[in-house]
Amino acid sequence: MDMVKLTIDGIAVEAPAGSTVLEAAKLANIYIPTLCYLKDVNQIGACRMCVVDTGARALSAACVMPINEGMVVKTNTPAVREARKVNLGLILSCHDRKCLTCVRNQNCELQAMAENLGVRDIAFEGAMNSYDTDLSSPSIDRDANKCILCGRCVAACHSVQGVGVIGRVNRGFNTIVEPPFNADIGSVACINCGQCIMACPVGALREKDSTKAVFDALGDPEKVVIVQPAPAVRVALGEEFGMPMGTRVTGKLAAALRRMGFNKVFDTNFGADLTIMEEGTELLGRIKNGGVLPMITSCSPGWIKFIEHNYPEFLPNLSSCKSPHEMLGAVIKSYYAKVAGIDPKKIFTVSVMPCVAKKFEAQRPEMNVNGLQDVDAVITTRELARMIKELGIDFVNLPDEGFDDLLGESTGAAAIFGTTGGVMEAALRTVADILEGKDLQKLDYTAVRGIEGVKEASLTLAGKEIKVAVANGTGNARKLMEKVKSGEAEYAFIEVMGCPGGCVTGGGQPIVSSRVRLDMDPRQVRAKAIYTEDEAMTLRKSHQNESLKKLYAEFLGEPNGHLAHELLHTHYTDRSAVKA
Amino acid sequence: MSIDRNGKGKAKFDQLQAFIEEMRLEPGALMPVMQKAQEIFGYLPEEVQRFVAEGLGVTLSEVYGVATFYSQFVLEEQGEHVIGVCMGTACYVKGSQAILDRLAGELKVEVGKTTPDGKFTLNATRCLGCCGLAPVMMIGDEVFGRLTPDDIPGIVAKFR
Repeated sequence: MDMVKLTIDGIAVEAPAGSTVLEAAKLANIYIPTLCYLKDVNQIGACRMCVVDTGARALSAACVMPINEGMVVKTNTPAVREARKVNLGLILSCHDRKCLTCVRNQNCELQAMAENLGVRDIAFEGAMNSYDTDLSSPSIDRDANKCILCGRCVAACHSVQGVGVIGRVNRGFNTIVEPPFNADIGSVACINCGQCIMACPVGALREKDSTKAVFDALGDPEKVVIVQPAPAVRVALGEEFGMPMGTRVTGKLAAALRRMGFNKVFDTNFGADLTIMEEGTELLGRIKNGGVLPMITSCSPGWIKFIEHNYPEFLPNLSSCKSPHEMLGAVIKSYYAKVAGIDPKKIFTVSVMPCVAKKFEAQRPEMNVNGLQDVDAVITTRELARMIKELGIDFVNLPDEGFDDLLGESTGAAAIFGTTGGVMEAALRTVADILEGKDLQKLDYTAVRGIEGVKEASLTLAGKEIKVAVANGTGNARKLMEKVKSGEAEYAFIEVMGCPGGCVTGGGQPIVSSRVRLDMDPRQVRAKAIYTEDEAMTLRKSHQNESLKKLYAEFLGEPNGHLAHELLHTHYTDRSAVKA
Repeated sequence: MSIDRNGKGKAKFDQLQAFIEEMRLEPGALMPVMQKAQEIFGYLPEEVQRFVAEGLGVTLSEVYGVATFYSQFVLEEQGEHVIGVCMGTACYVKGSQAILDRLAGELKVEVGKTTPDGKFTLNATRCLGCCGLAPVMMIGDEVFGRLTPDDIPGIVAKFR
C-alpha cells in the first residue's frame, strides 16, 4: 500500500494513500470532533465540526478531506476552534434543548460536543421548528425537533440497510428527515430494524417506550410477570453501567431481573435451543421430502418484514418457526402455566431484546395462541438498563445468579444466536448429529462466523453436500436474495439477521458513540463475548438441553408435531403493496 | 385528475419510460429524468415519482428528497399558464411586490396557488436573470419587463 507522509499538529504521520485527514489524525492519536461522520456509514462533510486548517484559503472538513504528500494540518488553531464553536452554536440554536427529559441525556453526542467545546451560553437564539412527534410505529418514535440533520440515519437506512424509507425533505431551515409525502413511519416499508436509532447522535430517533407497561405489570398483584432476556443482551447490558464493551453479565442480568420483581426469570436461550429443534427438523424434512429450498431463517423480525415488503415470492422459503422469544412466550403460557397451575390469562410475558423490531413482532396477530399474545411486552437492552437504574439496583455489584428451572437451561448453541452466523452454526451442530447419527466432536463452524456481509460454506453431512449462506444487514441480504433469485447460487439453508453484525448490534442495544466506533467495532467485540459464552457452556448442542428433552417428552411430543405446530410455528404476510 | 400509469395517462408514462430506458445507465440520471417527467406531466405527483424511482432503481424517498429540494420541481398540478414574478433584488427594489399583489388581486389567487378554473398558477420566483428589465415577470416562456401594476389587467386578458 502506498503511504503518504504529512504533518498534523507538528507530528509526522504516515498514512495509507486515500486516507482522509480524520483517519490520518486517528493514527497519530489526535482526536478531531465530529458529528455527522459515522465510520463506515456516513461521510459527507456536512456538519463542519471537524474543520481543520490545511493551509488552504478556507478550512476543510477533515472527514472528507483526502491527505496528500507533505500536507501540513493544524487541528487546533484559534480560528479552527472558533469556527467549530460557531458551527456548533448554529446547530444548537435550532435544537430542542430539553436535555433533562431527553432519552439520550448523558448519552448524546451533541451534548458531549457542547461540553467538549466549552459551550457555556447559546450564541444564537434562532427560530425553532415545531413538528409533531411521529408515534405511528410500534418500534420507532421520531422527534424531528431534536434532529440536527446530520444524515446518519438516512445513510444507515439507505446505504447500509438498503431500505431507504426516510430521507431529507425540503431545503434550508425547512429541511426535515422523514418518509416521502408526509407519510408516517408506521405506514411505510420501514422494517423496524432501528439502525437509524443506532446512528442517531441525539434523541431524534428512539425506541417506543415499553417500560411503563412493564412497571405497571410488575406492580399488579394479580399478574404473574415472567421475563426472558435474549442471547445478545448479556454481552452488552454492562456497557450501560460503565462496564467495558464485551463484558459478559449473564449472572448479573439474571440477578437484576429477579430483584426487579419478575416472578420467573426464564431465558430466551432456552427458546433458541427449542428453535433449533423445530427449525433443524423442518430443514431435514424439507430436504428429505423435496420441500421448498433454500430454507431461510425466521428469527429476525426486521428481516421478516423486509422480505414481506420486497421479496414476497420467497415467503414459502422462510422457516415457519416463530422466533425464539415468541416460542418461549407460547410455551410459558401453555406448558409452564399447566405445570405451575396458573391461569395463562394472568401471565404477563416480558422479553428483553437487543431489537426494536421485536416490539412490532410481538404485536403481530399471528403471534397469538387461543386469544393470548405470546409476548405481552418487549423492552430493549437500553430500556432494561433504564429500569434497573430507576429502581436503584447496583448492577455492577450484583452477584451472579442463574435462570429459573424448567425454561432457564440452555446450551452454547443458543448463546451464539446473538451474532451473525450463530443460528446457522447452532443448526448445523444439531443437524449434523442427526444426519450422522452420532454425537460428533465437531462444534465450530468457523466459515459462517465473522462480520463479512455474506458468507458461504459447503459441508458434507452423511455423504451429502449441503451448501449454506449467511447474510447480516438487510442490504447484504438483498444481494444474497438477488443471487438466489437469478439462480446464480443454490443453497439448502440461509441465515439472515436484519442488522449488520446480527443481534449483538441490533437496534435495541446500547448505543455506541461515533467516537468509540472509531476505535472499536461492537459487532466484533460483542461477538467475541458471545463465543466465549458458548465455550463456557458444558452442553453446546441444542438437542442436548435436558429441560428441552423434558418439554418434548412431557408436553410437546415430537419436533414439528401437532402441538409444536400450533404453538411454535407461524405464517407470513405479503406486504409488497407497500414499497420503499 | 388522478394519474394512472395504465389508464388515461398511459401514453405519457410510455413516453417517460422511453426516456428512462435511454438514461438508465447514465450516472446522475435522476435529475434529467425528473425534469423530463415534469415536462411531460406538468408536475410531479406521487405516482410519477414512484414510476421514476422504480425505473431508475432508487427509492421513492430519494426522488421525493430531490423533488422537494429544488424549487424548479412542483408537486401540484399547475395552471395552463404559469406566472412567475421575479423577487430578485433589482426587481424587488423596482416594485415587483406591487406587481405580484396586483396579479393576486386580479386573478383572485394566493401566491403559489392555481386559479379554480385551472388557467393560472401564480408564483414568486428568484432572480430571472434579466435585471435590466426590472421589474420582470414571465408567463410561460414569455418575458414581460419594465412593468407597472396598471399593465397587469391588459397582459392577463391576453391569456384568459
